Amino acid sequence: MKNKYIKFLSAPYIIWALIFIIVPLLMVFYYGFTDKSGAFTISNITAIATHEHSKALWLALYLSLISTAICILLAYPLAMILSHIGENAGANKDKYMVFIFILPMWMNFLLRTIAWQTLLENDGVINSFLNLLHLPALRIINTPAAIVFGMVYNFLPFMVLPLVNALNKIDINVINAARDLGANSVQTFLRIILPLSLPGLISGITMVFIPSLTTFIVSDLLGGSKILLIGNVIEQEFTQYSNWNLGSGLSIVLMIFIIVSIVLSTIFDKDMEGTAI
Amino acid sequence: MGNKLITLENISKSYGSNTVLDELNLYINENEFLTLLGPSGCGKTTTLRIIGGFETPDTGKVIFDGKDITSLAPNKRQVNTVFQKYALFTHMTIAENIAFGLKIKKKSKAYIDDKIKYALKLVNLEDFANRMPDSLSGGQQQRIAIARAIVNEPKVLLLDEPLGALDLKLRQDMQYELIRLKNELGITFIYVTHDQEEALTMSDTIVVMNQGYIQQIGTPENIYNEPENAFVADFIGDSNIISGTMIHDELVEILNVKWACVDKGFGINKPVDVVIRPEDVELVKEDEGTIKGIVTNIIFKGVHYEMEVMANGFEWLVHSTSLFPVGTKVGIKVDPFNIQIMNKPESEDEEAIGVEE
Ligand SMILES: Nc1ncnc2c1ncn2[C@@H]1O[C@H](COP(=O)(O)OP(=O)(O)OP(=O)(O)O)[C@@H](O)[C@H]1O
Ligand SMILES: [Mg+2]
Repeated sequence: MKNKYIKFLSAPYIIWALIFIIVPLLMVFYYGFTDKSGAFTISNITAIATHEHSKALWLALYLSLISTAICILLAYPLAMILSHIGENAGANKDKYMVFIFILPMWMNFLLRTIAWQTLLENDGVINSFLNLLHLPALRIINTPAAIVFGMVYNFLPFMVLPLVNALNKIDINVINAARDLGANSVQTFLRIILPLSLPGLISGITMVFIPSLTTFIVSDLLGGSKILLIGNVIEQEFTQYSNWNLGSGLSIVLMIFIIVSIVLSTIFDKDMEGTAI
Repeated sequence: MGNKLITLENISKSYGSNTVLDELNLYINENEFLTLLGPSGCGKTTTLRIIGGFETPDTGKVIFDGKDITSLAPNKRQVNTVFQKYALFTHMTIAENIAFGLKIKKKSKAYIDDKIKYALKLVNLEDFANRMPDSLSGGQQQRIAIARAIVNEPKVLLLDEPLGALDLKLRQDMQYELIRLKNELGITFIYVTHDQEEALTMSDTIVVMNQGYIQQIGTPENIYNEPENAFVADFIGDSNIISGTMIHDELVEILNVKWACVDKGFGINKPVDVVIRPEDVELVKEDEGTIKGIVTNIIFKGVHYEMEVMANGFEWLVHSTSLFPVGTKVGIKVDPFNIQIMNKPESEDEEAIGVEE
């Protein structure tokens, strides 16, 4: 009885998922495994092996890994301050600071990235300012560094929030106990805080790495059209060359990488504790 | 007893407008078993946290072995803590939990293994070495927390209600174990409890606290037999607390009757509080007592009967091995030696502070 009722409640979502997730996915698979005439082929998949495509994939993997690493390094100290571990942080102040931190996230992603484009441009706001101070200009726009910067800027909150969440679950007295037993701050971090916040870290990694890997907006706006990531290649196949078959084939390859990284993260985080924000 | 190991000097601590400790002064001798006793929220844990180094007092100093350690990091203090809510490392096995402090100190593997075995045996959990903390009951976790602290052989062990989650039998066993352990290791214990019986059984010295003020410091006998104010008398054991007037030395008037007592120096016609323990109230024939009363209630308590006797408008609590049925008219007699006179606090504030002598 109860079961039937719950199934009934989930009907809207199932219909939604069918139309907007399952059907498009099936279409991607259909296009990915056929050529223009509709005949079966795997050439769209193997096309990843061509120099141009594999270079875009490796560059995307490389830049996403770097961005994720930078996000971890930036997010941990920040999350420690924002969480209850942050010394002398009263409960109210905590919430307030997290609020301030996530405020920019409510602004449109595209808008934020365009803003950075304007700021970073060779004759942009930052360089005009540096010029005013007779400092050397910042030549960063249209380089991989700018892309990494954009990824870190846009995706950092997705690392910080699960970390804050995981750190808030650690009993302060557990940290005190480690200190009490003689551990210095570094030992306390490595042996207690890090392992206990691992679920948060893992979900943070997933939530930064995957969007970084698949992005084409950040690379488009901050990397110029010269630096192509796999996301840009796929986007161009769909929009510029109208080659839906090749675009779908490459998407399937990218999907495999995403699935692998999710599987890896669930192996590390069996209970999936940290994913709920 | 030995020399002063820890001195707390004028310690004050507030959270916002909530003053938790106010000008607290206390010293702890080497090898002493000192208990902080008081109702919930009176600042016991806060005092321990200041000694352990997890909290810095707003004013005042913590002196350890002659050195000012007020702002020394917890890991640099020769003190270990058994936390109120165990605070075990949930991602480590029981053995790893116990080994934590020793590994930090880079002890040899053999030494650590020995210690783990010794500690687990001590707390009666020998088969638990490879279990995870979450799979243990509250009482078992609490014992592991004790084991984890003692293997480090600290000079001082701070215990924050370490037996709170145990049942009566285990609690009594652990009380003996802890005392044995203390004598064996020769360390100083600072023990927190709100259980007065536990405090009386285990301690060398009891510090009774209320609302951040020390009410009385003394031996268990001292605190029980000669409470300095109504709060202490009320908190430690059952008692009859009656307000009265000190007529002159060795004579007090309570419930409109004059009683002989042994206290002196309170002045003439001074308002006082009088404490009489229920076991010190003698029930006799109606006209042999100092005042007359009638038994209104009776409960069998095992060792004795607990009776309530209404006399001159006050309900007396009486413990006696002989039974007087409800409705019996009785006389009440008290040995002058068992009448304890205390200064009456003149204001609410003073009630909390306690009365200076
Ligand atoms: N971090 C804190 N922030 C604000 N108030 C606190 C903090 N820690 C303790 N307090 C307050 O200080 C007072 C004393 O707390 P403490 O923990 O020392 O009490 P306690 O005597 O150990 O009580 P219990 O027997 O319930 O453990 C309480 O009123 C408590 O609310
Ligand atoms: Mg407490």
